[in-house]
Amino acid sequence: MSEDKLIIGGHEFHSRFIVGSGKFSMDFTSAVIENGGAEIVTLALRRANMAGTENILNYIPENVTLLPNTSGARNAQEALRIARLAREIGCGDFVKVEVIRDTKYLLPDNYETIKATELLANDGFIVMPYMYPDLNVARDLVHAGAAAVMPLAAPIGTNKGLCTKEFIQILVDEIDLPIIVDAGIGKPSQACEAMEMGVDAVMANTAIATSGNVAQMAKAFKLGIEAGRAAYLAGLGRVLSKQAEASSPLTGFLQD
Amino acid sequence: MARINGIEEATDGMTLSELLEKKGYSKRFIAVECNGQIVPKTLYDSYEIQREDQIEIVQFVGGG
Repeated sequence: MSEDKLIIGGHEFHSRFIVGSGKFSMDFTSAVIENGGAEIVTLALRRANMAGTENILNYIPENVTLLPNTSGARNAQEALRIARLAREIGCGDFVKVEVIRDTKYLLPDNYETIKATELLANDGFIVMPYMYPDLNVARDLVHAGAAAVMPLAAPIGTNKGLCTKEFIQILVDEIDLPIIVDAGIGKPSQACEAMEMGVDAVMANTAIATSGNVAQMAKAFKLGIEAGRAAYLAGLGRVLSKQAEASSPLTGFLQD
Repeated sequence: MARINGIEEATDGMTLSELLEKKGYSKRFIAVECNGQIVPKTLYDSYEIQREDQIEIVQFVGGG
């Protein structure tokens, strides 16, 4: 069997677990990355106000790909501004587009996300847009130059799981780019289920950050994602809608 | 007075490099925008901060 790789914007990855670095102490960052086997880590960009203290980049192994997000952007132009500043720090061309106007549910603005994706792709970025799972929008993102599509499973930070499962499945079936489930995944079994559906990767942050042991939970997610991927590649067994089917032979019974 | 990350500060005749050093920021970890334009790291030494400049100094933090 050929090696199972995840390819995003021409870059190859072996891990299908993207780790978010928010909401836990910087000290845990490297343990989470290592235990999760992650090769991609998301970051946010903010005003510098911690001179003299440690920088998160010191805690991320060098071979890990940084995926800055555009959190804080309320429209496409703001996303472009944040992404360009992130690139100027000097950590590559990947960007996770996140355009959010709604402050209560933190739902992505799909229309501005399409615009941002086009602006950023034209500016040379490898663009991974976070979106509400909608087939028409996903198609527009493909045309706008996205390198992957990142549908939400549930609102950010809720740990509610695969609330949008049916619509993510449509994206998996119809969109030729990597589909990466982002936001809302609360436990490894849900990450596993997403992978069984055929999504290409899963991103998690809050599920790990709010767990009892972040390093151990990162490991659990790694295992769940690997199990789900292996099951998808194997091809799931069918479901019988009626009656039952014996797993043991129906001949040679002792009483025959 | 220039405005640095939203706060007015006296920067009389300083270059960007001098400001960053005074604030204790490592060039490696930050990006700088002046009046809406990114200032490339190679220009920090030569860029003299002007009185009305709006300067943003940004860095990466943990995020999802």
